[in-house]
Amino acid sequence: MKEQIRKPHHEEEHPPERDISATPQADTGDLDGLLDEIDEVLEENAEEFVRNYVQKGGE
Amino acid sequence: MSTGRNSEGLAVLGTETEFGITIKGRTQDSAVLSSGLVVQSSPDGIPVRWSLTEESPGRDARGRRYTVPVDVDAEALNALLPNGARLYVDHAHPEYSTPECLGARQAALYDKVGELALARSARDTQRLLSPGETASIYKNNSDGKGNSYGAHENYLIDRAVPFADIIDYLTTFLVTRQIFTGSGKVGSENGRPAVPYQITQRADFFETRVGLETTIRRPIINTRDEPHSDPDRFRRLHVIIGDANRSEPQTFLKLGATALLLAAIEDRALPDRLELEDPVSATWMVSHDPGLGRRLRLADGSSATALELQWQYLDWLTKYAEASSRSDEGCLDLWRGVLEDLEVDPIRTADRLDWTAKLRVMEAYQARENIGWDHARIRALDLQYHDVDPAKGLYDRLAARGSIDRLFDDQQVSTALQEPPRGTRAYFRGRCVRKFGPSIMSANWDSLVFDTGEATYKRVPMMDPLRGNAERVATVIDASDDVTSLINALGREE
Repeated sequence: MKEQIRKPHHEEEHPPERDISATPQADTGDLDGLLDEIDEVLEENAEEFVRNYVQKGGE
Repeated sequence: MSTGRNSEGLAVLGTETEFGITIKGRTQDSAVLSSGLVVQSSPDGIPVRWSLTEESPGRDARGRRYTVPVDVDAEALNALLPNGARLYVDHAHPEYSTPECLGARQAALYDKVGELALARSARDTQRLLSPGETASIYKNNSDGKGNSYGAHENYLIDRAVPFADIIDYLTTFLVTRQIFTGSGKVGSENGRPAVPYQITQRADFFETRVGLETTIRRPIINTRDEPHSDPDRFRRLHVIIGDANRSEPQTFLKLGATALLLAAIEDRALPDRLELEDPVSATWMVSHDPGLGRRLRLADGSSATALELQWQYLDWLTKYAEASSRSDEGCLDLWRGVLEDLEVDPIRTADRLDWTAKLRVMEAYQARENIGWDHARIRALDLQYHDVDPAKGLYDRLAARGSIDRLFDDQQVSTALQEPPRGTRAYFRGRCVRKFGPSIMSANWDSLVFDTGEATYKRVPMMDPLRGNAERVATVIDASDDVTSLINALGREE
């Protein structure tokens, strides 16, 4: 168990930053059905929904 | 050895979540009024006056005291649930506080129960609304317009631990654990640099290292020192930097890893503080880096990524758990798997973490619709992921399809809405709500006040979070037919 743990690599110099828009799509097979579902349940007027979602700060 | 643990070494902990609320179709929407409607509509709760007289939100762990105005509404708009939880209006949000739980797994279950409690309340609010109006509740922490509301974790720890140790050893952990505690957010807020998408809902709002406030100048380490128990023995560490999570494994990991780290701090088992040069900037920098490649400057002049620092904590705590034979409840394996997958490709964690689950769906939706991050439908998805109505919540759709792992089934969650944890004083509170509810005049975390019909009310103190558990009081509650016999029997026990 212990040997699976990797230590920090302080010596590494700036690794390339990944662009999230370039993140590879992992196994999108189950997503197609979900995207169709989203079309069914997504708030009809998205713009108005987002605009009206205003909260007071809390805590 | 801390006193705030049971015999297996499990710590007392719990969460408080402020939910976003909106009544669609209503033009003049008062958030306080809407929140009150939802709390009053709970089919599970009983209205109970919350006694603030013994709370001390102005008590500071550093020893100072501040004057905090008492919120009158908070005393009135308050309910207790039969699982020992509290449902109430805090500022302009419905808030659910879990009962006191033992261990992170149980706390994750009761945190999830909050979503069901609010969904049921919202459903029953409908009859108080006009035609065309719908009450919707969101388990998120930001409206995307600069307003944030909290998801707080509470850990009971040994009073003997110097608060300076907590600041020194916890700060970097809290900043870097964001890579597995975030619920994801489109855009940035509070004047932080623009980004298309970031890991957490909350990071943009943290502006100072240590402080008492929770609503302004939010601190990474919150010093509110309000133990709701014997202040000579316990401290309740109030962690305010986390996101509300919908993923069950994620809530468990967030609570389990943090509880284990705190146990190691109590036992002085951490070899190094891993001090960041600028933890406040690091907070948003970690959140703004979903590729996880950004290096953070440490105070000793070296640098490391958040992921590397989390590997270090996992290594230390794995050794600590082995040496102390403290149960990690399976949290270390989950943690290791998440870090391994984050390292290869963050999207691999989309079956366990909200921020990657949301990102994965949004990227697919953008690709299919050929739209960008700033499109209203992407922003709508960002909100709707958190809708607690299972018919509308994007999270619920993913979980129902098996795309997000669950730790609990629906039956466990419904049962835990009606039944309290057995190992803490929440057992006494929850059982009393169900059996003697109409006789409860007021409540606080550390007491219940009953009306037995006599000239004076009877107050039952519960200063020790581990007493009042099923082992101690189940027989007494079972045997008491009315509240007078309960009080008399408790008197004989003492």
